[in-house]
Amino acid sequence: MRAWTLEDPLLQRAVPAPDPLSDFFWASGADGELRILRCLSCGFYLQPPSVPCPRCLGAEVVPTVVSGTGVVAACTVNVQQWTPGQPPYAIAIVELAEQRGLRLTSNVVGCDPDDVRIGQAVEVRFIHRNDVYYPVFTPSDQAGR
Amino acid sequence: MKRFEHDSVISGIGQSRIGRRLGLSALELTTASCLNAVRDAGLTVRDIDGLCTYPGGDAAATAGYGGPPPAAVQDALRLTLNWYEGSAELPGQLGALVSAAMAISTGLCRHVLVYRTVTESTAQGAQSRSAVLPGARAEASGIDYWTAPFGSVSAVNWLALLANRHFHDFGTTRAQLATVALTQRAYAARNPNAVLTEPLTIDDYLGARMISSPLCLLDCDIPVDGSTAFVLSASDRAGDLPHPPVFIEAVGTAMRGRPSWDQYEDLSAMAATGAASHLWERSALRPDDVDAAQLYDGFSILALVWLEALGFCGKGEGGPFAASGALGPSGRLPTNTSGGQLSAGRLHGFGHIHEACTQIRGEAAGRQLEPAPRVVAVSGGGGPIAGCLLLTAEQP
Repeated sequence: MRAWTLEDPLLQRAVPAPDPLSDFFWASGADGELRILRCLSCGFYLQPPSVPCPRCLGAEVVPTVVSGTGVVAACTVNVQQWTPGQPPYAIAIVELAEQRGLRLTSNVVGCDPDDVRIGQAVEVRFIHRNDVYYPVFTPSDQAGR
Repeated sequence: MKRFEHDSVISGIGQSRIGRRLGLSALELTTASCLNAVRDAGLTVRDIDGLCTYPGGDAAATAGYGGPPPAAVQDALRLTLNWYEGSAELPGQLGALVSAAMAISTGLCRHVLVYRTVTESTAQGAQSRSAVLPGARAEASGIDYWTAPFGSVSAVNWLALLANRHFHDFGTTRAQLATVALTQRAYAARNPNAVLTEPLTIDDYLGARMISSPLCLLDCDIPVDGSTAFVLSASDRAGDLPHPPVFIEAVGTAMRGRPSWDQYEDLSAMAATGAASHLWERSALRPDDVDAAQLYDGFSILALVWLEALGFCGKGEGGPFAASGALGPSGRLPTNTSGGQLSAGRLHGFGHIHEACTQIRGEAAGRQLEPAPRVVAVSGGGGPIAGCLLLTAEQP
């Protein structure tokens, strides 16, 4: 199980509106695991969640534990203070290891935001806040710390 | 090929006052631009039988992003309409013009008023941009659902991710991107309606505060108040107008990838690619035939994306192309000759159409290209929505 006692670099985090298809995603980190909707028929991962499977039209799609590892596909350091007093933080599009093009927008935390790079290996952690387990990522070379 | 685009012409163009914090109602700005366009077309409001806008809705509820809905404009001008539409679910802002052309082609109506009004500067007031961002609200939904929970709350964040990918894949630099902002500012100095006209230097650019790396303040467009309107008329009127008609050679409306900020297959191009390909599929003209371009520049990087998507330079070559001086008045492809949204103000796509018509008609005064362009490419949107047009001086 992964710890979620990470310091959150964001002063505020928006809460996802309730959504029957996606609620599982925001609760998944309770046991330290990241889950992505997956088609039982063909194994395709679906993000954002939808039904049926867009590849085989299989109707059985279920939240499935994934490795939580991936690489940074794009990143930016947000400097503008949308919230007063907010220090700069890293936003990244992370491509998960399980499938080409399977991506999440998230944050890379636990390192200097300016050090985040495309191609960097990252690993999921969770920030538990607002009754939500926000999946964020840390550089994989820090996973043991 | 018979194309619906050729059944109508842009017969009239009009704008309201444009500026920062004008404090005027969106309806007042809209009726001003609409009446200017109707007069410009040599018509009266009694001739107007169609009305169309992007995005429709409610100016107040959207913090000045949406103008007045068609019903408000119809009532204010006491129009009698055979067709109307106010929608944001379109191929970019210029999708409203495409809808109007389709309505004329089907015979629903003959003279359509098409308008776009913004009062974002007044709505934002003295507050920062965060005051009007939906993504900065406490609950994330809709387009912000997968991004706002991670502080990716603004279009600048979404486009910064695209720019970062473009920089990484193609070696694009901030100095190259700066040439978009600098070239447009120089055009704006010759546009009396532009809101930012002070000369810009590369040092100003490199010293500007970062917003979301690699995009700095001068990579972002500037919110304004203003309204732009067009009259689109059935093409049998083309020989009977007080001003030269502007013809629609072709539209590009395709969406060929996943319509998402983070799932689109090519993160350094997004939806512009499909719309641009569609445009060239619908025209016998080629990129070399285009004399000038008005490319959507909500952020500077989008101008590079559109240059590449439309084939004015190779994929990934937008940075060197811009840095070569190609976008200036004597360059290969004069681009965003009003100053664009970066310097003339965020008229949200409609300013680009207006400038294209103004240049084709030879009415751009101090910034008029010589000779007046005969073929102008116009694009709207970027990221997960996009649309484009080819406008011409000659009948297709």
